[in-house]
Amino acid sequence: MPSDLPGGSPGAAVPNGAAGDRGGAPDVGSPPALDVRALGFAYPDGRTALRDVSLRVEPGERVALLGPNGAGKTTLALHLDGILTPAHGEVRVGELTVERSTLAEVRRRVQLVFQDPDDQLFSPTVRDDVAFGPANLGLRGAELAERVLEALDAVGMAEHADRVPYHLSFGQRRRVAIATVLAMRPDVLVLDEPTSNLDPAGRRELGEILDSLGAALVIATHDLPFALQLCPRSVVLDDGAVVADGPTADLLADADLMSAHRLELPYGFDPRSVPPARDPRVGRP
Amino acid sequence: MPGHDAPTDGLLVVVDSPVHRLPAQTKVVAVVAVVAVVVLTPRGAWWVLAAQGALVALTATVARLPVRLVLRRLLVEAPFVVFAVLMPFVAEGPRVQVGPFSLSHAGLIGGGTVLVKATIGVLAAVVLAATTGPRELLAGLERLRLPAVLVAILSFMLRYVGVIADELHRVRVAREARGGGQGDRAGLAAVAGGVGTRFVRTYERGERVQQAMLARGYTGRMPALGRGGATTAQWALALVLPTAALMVLLVGLAMTVPR
Repeated sequence: MPSDLPGGSPGAAVPNGAAGDRGGAPDVGSPPALDVRALGFAYPDGRTALRDVSLRVEPGERVALLGPNGAGKTTLALHLDGILTPAHGEVRVGELTVERSTLAEVRRRVQLVFQDPDDQLFSPTVRDDVAFGPANLGLRGAELAERVLEALDAVGMAEHADRVPYHLSFGQRRRVAIATVLAMRPDVLVLDEPTSNLDPAGRRELGEILDSLGAALVIATHDLPFALQLCPRSVVLDDGAVVADGPTADLLADADLMSAHRLELPYGFDPRSVPPARDPRVGRP
Repeated sequence: MPGHDAPTDGLLVVVDSPVHRLPAQTKVVAVVAVVAVVVLTPRGAWWVLAAQGALVALTATVARLPVRLVLRRLLVEAPFVVFAVLMPFVAEGPRVQVGPFSLSHAGLIGGGTVLVKATIGVLAAVVLAATTGPRELLAGLERLRLPAVLVAILSFMLRYVGVIADELHRVRVAREARGGGQGDRAGLAAVAGGVGTRFVRTYERGERVQQAMLARGYTGRMPALGRGGATTAQWALALVLPTAALMVLLVGLAMTVPR
């Protein structure tokens, strides 16, 4: 896999992380980027997926969403973008409540990166796929082309713009999937298991890309070291409910909490032995 | 025409030529027109068909397609050849004796004509596929006002046919690794079961793809693939081939009808 990634600085300028740059609202006292209030949801087959979930994410904040398989992480992620509609409670994005009339703007501000890049990349070429979102926003011509190039540059995939997604490696497809959402210039990026199926180098490159972004990040994962590396704060979700919310390093060091919710650190990994992700620029090997 | 193998990407032969540079929609129209003219040519008009075939072959040369590659791809025609070869045996009318076989005279001419026409048509399609990338072809069909739903279906098929083929391959390897049948009836049953599972999986993938599309602001209209229309000069260049084929046909008819 080519590792010709930009060192972070070219990508850093891409997403407008601050939520306050639209609508002229000042940063001071601006609403949270995401505000989930007492969210409840059950699937049509009756299975309860979320119960009374509340979560605030500030502009530019990075939060890991931890939990075992089936805890409701993906279901929560789908609510943040208005793909699923809450049975109870509400989801607010900035000053907007997620509902039919606000969906277009919500989906510009909050972008999902799905677990399988083959689900996310559905167009004939990489360029078409990255252009899909901005084209839906009404961008055309040179403006659209510029937006596409900017997003592909941020993930180091600009030279693959005309390739067919099927011919890319898995790590490259993951990066293109992230480019497709960066092209929307979102305020919040929600990633579902972003490190799954990546080789160690691909995982490190992904970390560097995410670290270079200014947008708020919500990372649903059970890759605990990855959460510790990128997210100062974590929320533990189990059986559809929030069971813990606090500094990532503290939560990972709480052996009882971890084992109670089927969360396990890799063999030999001590969360207290590495610097926590206070500063977004902290990089681990 | 270069003899060695040129680089290919799927069916596309990656070389630069005037034919490659033409917009896809002009080439699609040209191919359909050539095929229509060839079909209209009366049976047994051998030299007209020969001239038309030569015109299409000339186009393949201008497109710098390797001869061997073109000949290999012409093999998709094989089922038609079987049909054409059968015709002299089954057709009615006066018979001619060829070696040990008694063949129908009309069947010989009919079969020969079918064979030649099919070959010219396939050759034209081979030239189109070898000079036009799949994405460009889609953009061309879109410009030709093919309904957006059909363009979208073709586009998804193009994107996912490889993914699904890979999945099927993995399922087959997993089955054979556990001693599952291969090629016999047990294998066929296993394949049928696998296809059922695959259908459900693919349906689920369709739902996830739709979610991904919604998440990026999809509202029911796919963004246009095409970049701009073809110029009059490009249309004119593309239509040289069908026009020439039509001229050959008209000249041929003019020379035969008065007698």
